[in-house]
Amino acid sequence: MQREDSGTTHSPDQLSVPPDGRPYHDQPQWRNDFPIDWPHDELVARRDFTKFLVLTSLAFTVGQVWIAFENFARRRRGEPPIRPIARVDALPIGKAITFAYPEPHDDCILIRTAADRYVAFGQKCTHLGCAVTPDVPKNCLRCPCHEGAFDLASGRPTAGPPRRPLPRIKLEIRDGVVYATGVEVRAS
Amino acid sequence: MKRRLSREQMSTIVYGILCIVLVIVVLQLWLLTATMNAFLGGEESVIVPAAIASIICFALNAGLLRYLYSLERH
Repeated sequence: MQREDSGTTHSPDQLSVPPDGRPYHDQPQWRNDFPIDWPHDELVARRDFTKFLVLTSLAFTVGQVWIAFENFARRRRGEPPIRPIARVDALPIGKAITFAYPEPHDDCILIRTAADRYVAFGQKCTHLGCAVTPDVPKNCLRCPCHEGAFDLASGRPTAGPPRRPLPRIKLEIRDGVVYATGVEVRAS
Repeated sequence: MKRRLSREQMSTIVYGILCIVLVIVVLQLWLLTATMNAFLGGEESVIVPAAIASIICFALNAGLLRYLYSLERH
């Protein structure tokens, strides 16, 4: 391998040019012991980094397509079924019960805020999915993980890191029974 | 006959392509997070256009990488 020992003038394609351009006698010993074709090394490193970025780009594209498929599947599922949750007389004012709707792993919470007022929301916090708990006297739902809070009447975030409201469960009361009739997912 | 590029010229081209790819990848990251937020919030109208935009971005990146390798072969 050709070495350069005098000054900084060298052709762009010359091998073993140290990155700082100084002559070899000014370089550390290890560089003299193991001369490397630095310009080519840098070229390969940048090219490989570009390749890695393109793979990252592919991963983002796959994620984006996955979201589109999930959205398509969600549309195909259509409206969730109507399902009874609880009897009106089994839920005192200011109390809450949990239930699963529309799928068994979709935890929700039903709260009776007044004699004739019921609200139900998905129980997963929209920040990182912790279970929210109702605080009826303070008119809010709290997430214990990051001190998030949601308005009890609307499910909209009022404090902490959550930015999206809780999914609202549509309710109907028939013959003294509270029914879940659908899920309203909202962006803001 | 094409003149062979010197290493410095090649390095400049690689840097240029690297910068463009980096900008596109950052754009894709923003697109992905925005789309995920919209999907979780039930906003469906942006999902398919965003997926198409992301595919175009990837095709652009792959084309640039291919160009880079083709330059090295010459």
